[in-house]
Amino acid sequence: MALANVLQSESVDFSNYGRKCRGFSSSLYETELGLESVGGDNLSFAVRTACSDGDGPERKIQFLHGTTTLAFKFQHGVIVAVDSRATAGAYIASQTVKKVIEINPYLLGTMAGGAADCSFWERLLARQCRVYELRNKERISVAAASKLLANMVYQYKGMGLSMGTMVCGWDKTGPGLYYVDSEGNRVCGDLFAVGSGSMYAYGIVDSGLKQKDLTVEEACDLGCRAIYQATYRDAYSGGQVNLYHVHSEGWNRVSQSDVLMLHQQYQAEKA
Amino acid sequence: MFATQVYGDNGKMKEYHYTGPVEHRFSPYSFNGGTVLAVAGEDFAIVASDTRLSEGYSIHSRDSPKCYKLTDTTVIGCSGFHGDCLTLTEIIDARLKMYKHSNNKCMTSGAIAAMLSTILYGRRFFPYYVYNIIGGLDEEGKGAVYSFDPVGSYQRDTYKAGGSASAMLQPLLDNQIGFKNMEGVQHLPLSQEKAVQLVKDVFISAAERDVYTGDALRICIVTKDGIKEETVPLRKD
Repeated sequence: MALANVLQSESVDFSNYGRKCRGFSSSLYETELGLESVGGDNLSFAVRTACSDGDGPERKIQFLHGTTTLAFKFQHGVIVAVDSRATAGAYIASQTVKKVIEINPYLLGTMAGGAADCSFWERLLARQCRVYELRNKERISVAAASKLLANMVYQYKGMGLSMGTMVCGWDKTGPGLYYVDSEGNRVCGDLFAVGSGSMYAYGIVDSGLKQKDLTVEEACDLGCRAIYQATYRDAYSGGQVNLYHVHSEGWNRVSQSDVLMLHQQYQAEKA
Repeated sequence: MFATQVYGDNGKMKEYHYTGPVEHRFSPYSFNGGTVLAVAGEDFAIVASDTRLSEGYSIHSRDSPKCYKLTDTTVIGCSGFHGDCLTLTEIIDARLKMYKHSNNKCMTSGAIAAMLSTILYGRRFFPYYVYNIIGGLDEEGKGAVYSFDPVGSYQRDTYKAGGSASAMLQPLLDNQIGFKNMEGVQHLPLSQEKAVQLVKDVFISAAERDVYTGDALRICIVTKDGIKEETVPLRKD
């Protein structure tokens, strides 16, 4: 490391190596650095291969990423809407991914970021929620479930996990919505949109939620339209819109609409 | 910067720059090519792969199929880094045996898929460089295909192509099996004969345009009567 500083550009670039090693036992400042290097380059993982893309036939392993998911609270519960596209680099690996994970009959988790990270940790969360139920003879609250998830992934902070999820449910205190991610954030809120297409979705939902007291149909339509608009403008979102509604009795799957059909439907409405 | 002046044959000076220590990083992975494909029908499943094993510009073997039989109702196709494919299939076989001994029954296709997901995620920070596709029959006897990414994200599909020529094969399957981007076409269910013929045609196309796919095609057809294997020659160039 010292040698690298002295020789600077004349020597081998040890900086990547150093950053990785420091990341594990790090001060606040270095964690920032470590995060940036890991967070920005979503397709990489802890081991760096020697060859870069285009240098011979060696290729980088590519995981599945890119999405739009949203959830918002309203008078009658929580609406959860997601797209269904999974991309591996520029290739669309699947248009039929289930990005809403059914943790239990009254808790839902959404998936954004690394597909394997989200599905694995939320499956583990489902197990922990069940254990809680058995031990305490009552359902787990949304706050507690989201805290369990946040604490589980916090142990892997800086190691390259990529997960941005919303834990949605209904408990004793009413509708619950928490945003949890692999950087360690855990935030309670009334509206969240996560993923590469989130900005487009925010625009639609923010303007639609201005008038309070939405009915269930209006809220479902708003969620559907927001995801549709995001798929329209974001290359990494598409496929189908999966819509869920969480109410006091639990959640139910409202609809699954192909974005192409929605496009034709909205065009017809405009005319 | 060290610069050594060397005189060449014609008397002109040659510049020879030596830029300090050069490190050759060892890569634990290599890419061995190969394409895998699986299709699920009403009461059958097909898993097919080419049999070429390559590395860089060379071909190591023309007879290295990438389909591995797991149980009487499940076949897995693995492409990517051959070393990891071998180890992964051995681990799956061992886990299948353990399950059989503990539970006194064979693992179902769905169970194998869920187990593979956790095996792959267990190596989240040093992944198995393998693209897996499982094809088999589910508990109701219907065809099932499960496709994976290298770290264990999976889902059930009707058809999936994986490996080096996957980006060429998948759109063709979307059109022919999924009837995508076709207007006013009747959605006929896929018969076993039609599916096998489609798989052969699709691989012939892949061998034309992908350097890592070719030599021969191994097809495993899974039905309730067992697993049938067929080998079809492909372009060897």
